[in-house]
Amino acid sequence: MAQFDLNDDSLVVIIGSGAGGGTLGNELAQKGIKTVILEAGDRHEIQDFVNDEWASFAQLAWSDMRTTSGTWRVHKDFPNLPAWIVKSVGGSTVHWAGASLRIEPHEFKTLTTYGAIPGANLHDWPITREELDPYYDRAESKMGVTRTNGIPGLPGNNNFKVMEAGARKLGYKEVHTGRMAINSQPRDDRGSCQQIGFCFQGCKSGAKWSTLYTEIPKGEATGNLEIRPNAMAIKIEHDASGKVTGVVYADGSGAMQRQKARIVAVAGNSIESPRLLLNSASNLYKDGMANSSGQVGRNYMRHTTGTVYGVFERPVHMYRGTTMAGIVRDEARHDTSRGFVGGYELETLSLGLPFLAAFLDPGAWGRSFASAIDGYSNMAGMWIVGEDLAQETNRITLDPVAKDKHGMPVASVHFDDHPNDTAMRAHAYEQGSAIYRAVGATRTMPTPPYPSTHNLGTNRMSADARDGVVNRFGQAHDIKNLFVSDGSQFTSGAACNPTLTIVALAIRQADTMAGMMQRREI
Amino acid sequence: MREVDKRTQFSRRGLLRAGATAVPAAALVGASISPTAAWAEAAANLTPHAMATLVRMARDIYPHDHIADVFYIKAVTPWDAKAGKDPAARDMVMTGIARLDSDAQDHHRSDYLGIGWEADRVALLRGIEATKFFSAVRADLVVALYNQPEIWPKFGYEGSSAEHGGYLHRGFNDIDWLPSA
Repeated sequence: MAQFDLNDDSLVVIIGSGAGGGTLGNELAQKGIKTVILEAGDRHEIQDFVNDEWASFAQLAWSDMRTTSGTWRVHKDFPNLPAWIVKSVGGSTVHWAGASLRIEPHEFKTLTTYGAIPGANLHDWPITREELDPYYDRAESKMGVTRTNGIPGLPGNNNFKVMEAGARKLGYKEVHTGRMAINSQPRDDRGSCQQIGFCFQGCKSGAKWSTLYTEIPKGEATGNLEIRPNAMAIKIEHDASGKVTGVVYADGSGAMQRQKARIVAVAGNSIESPRLLLNSASNLYKDGMANSSGQVGRNYMRHTTGTVYGVFERPVHMYRGTTMAGIVRDEARHDTSRGFVGGYELETLSLGLPFLAAFLDPGAWGRSFASAIDGYSNMAGMWIVGEDLAQETNRITLDPVAKDKHGMPVASVHFDDHPNDTAMRAHAYEQGSAIYRAVGATRTMPTPPYPSTHNLGTNRMSADARDGVVNRFGQAHDIKNLFVSDGSQFTSGAACNPTLTIVALAIRQADTMAGMMQRREI
Repeated sequence: MREVDKRTQFSRRGLLRAGATAVPAAALVGASISPTAAWAEAAANLTPHAMATLVRMARDIYPHDHIADVFYIKAVTPWDAKAGKDPAARDMVMTGIARLDSDAQDHHRSDYLGIGWEADRVALLRGIEATKFFSAVRADLVVALYNQPEIWPKFGYEGSSAEHGGYLHRGFNDIDWLPSA
């Protein structure tokens, strides 16, 4: 395995090893480009994962302090935990559920399709679905997405069967076990799904795609990729011309190191990536790096989420098998007769008893709450994944007071729902409840959004440098050897889980970056 | 469908773990909510009355009638150790309980523990819901109670599954009561 010198200025330095960073690192390594990934977390392998929600959370979650503000309920219930994402090699691909859907063509053109909406900051992506399709093809093949490339769908578990039966009764048509980056048959030297459950706690069988045991070891095997765990990026540095020259990071002992770089790619997820750019302010870049537009940290999106649980007369055992075991896609269409723009997916979701108690209705207590928990074995659950609208005021800033152990200001996350988000969530709660009632639910519970797992948009792509942070290749408008490689590039959130798109963009970015390097443009 | 056996399985390990909280393990079996119970008298930093009140509160906050007192006792006894380490925590608990008992005297001429009906005690808890004391007890309890593997089967939850080969051959899709889709 490669180990590069801190003074090697020929390297591509990637910050973060998740869907964006891990994929980009392997793609570059396969092309012979020497790359180092700085990962803030430790390296936990499959054998380290535990089927225990709180113990796993302590092992994997990004629990460094953050602050929050705004009218979202997460601010009240979890003021220092705005997001449930991972700090470990593999990033949030360790935790993700595996749902792999393409963004629909119209969702790349939200301003054109929805029109200007008061309070929202909509723009069309500077790329189209047609342009991204070849990279979606490559991403689906790489990740082994079911219902693509001739790979069969996964079998439905009990939780899916309840949702499916109710959805069919309501007349929904597009109901199936999803397009999942979980092996339904052995593929790519990984086995097939054992229906363990605990997808969020790291897949113990390796059937679920994660950069941890696919992209990263493949990249390492080339000799061109080094993963450096316990390396928390603090600041990106630049020269007098404004080009970036390297990254200062805190190593495992807390000592500051400086890794030189030819190119820097930021892939720390949509809270840490803008935090790092803002924290890299200098005399030249007074408002933060790559921020001439003032859009770094803005347009934070988290999907119009929420969960509906139904309790039935007879047992379901929703926790058995894949967490996200199936989908209803009929409501993902754009149809303003429902009272909102954009659409949403309904996807099964289950929590174990410890997390259900913590997240069902945070802060609630008494007989009503306890009797809901008493219904655990007879409960089914589904999650809402809907498009929320970009708003300039939903943003990541540097907290003026709170600092982390390295003395770096922590990220502060402000979020308010747009009225469109609220209308969509209300519609989804009603449809989700109707699905369960159609098959005999005796009680339904619309559960508020959890700390965010889909964090998007805070360094968004734009055609015009005034409207966003990066161009159509994720390259900073202001600095040609600085890239953004995670979901913070998204111009809109779309009604689907973001990982497949992050991977497709990373594959495309690797091709683009390699070409630019070959032509000596960067 | 494969059902989960909901009978209490006392594991020796679980009881030994309870022992680690300074409560004699044997004292917990069949324990009751009383300041004169052995587990309450074993408290080193909080009073037996405070310990019993915390357990009564815990039952009123998350009332599961099929869950024995022992699990609530296990969930709140760590407050005794916390009070020993942190005088502010001890003060918060003792002051909070004094306030609760004072409210109880005002309305029922009894301390909180002596009130017979849950609804009356819950009304008093609603009155202190916004206090730091109540929030801290509830927030701690939601983890300390529900994260006890011994109670999971009573809710039909089976816990860790990878070591059993997952649910592929253990009922992941065995639901048998749905109308055909």
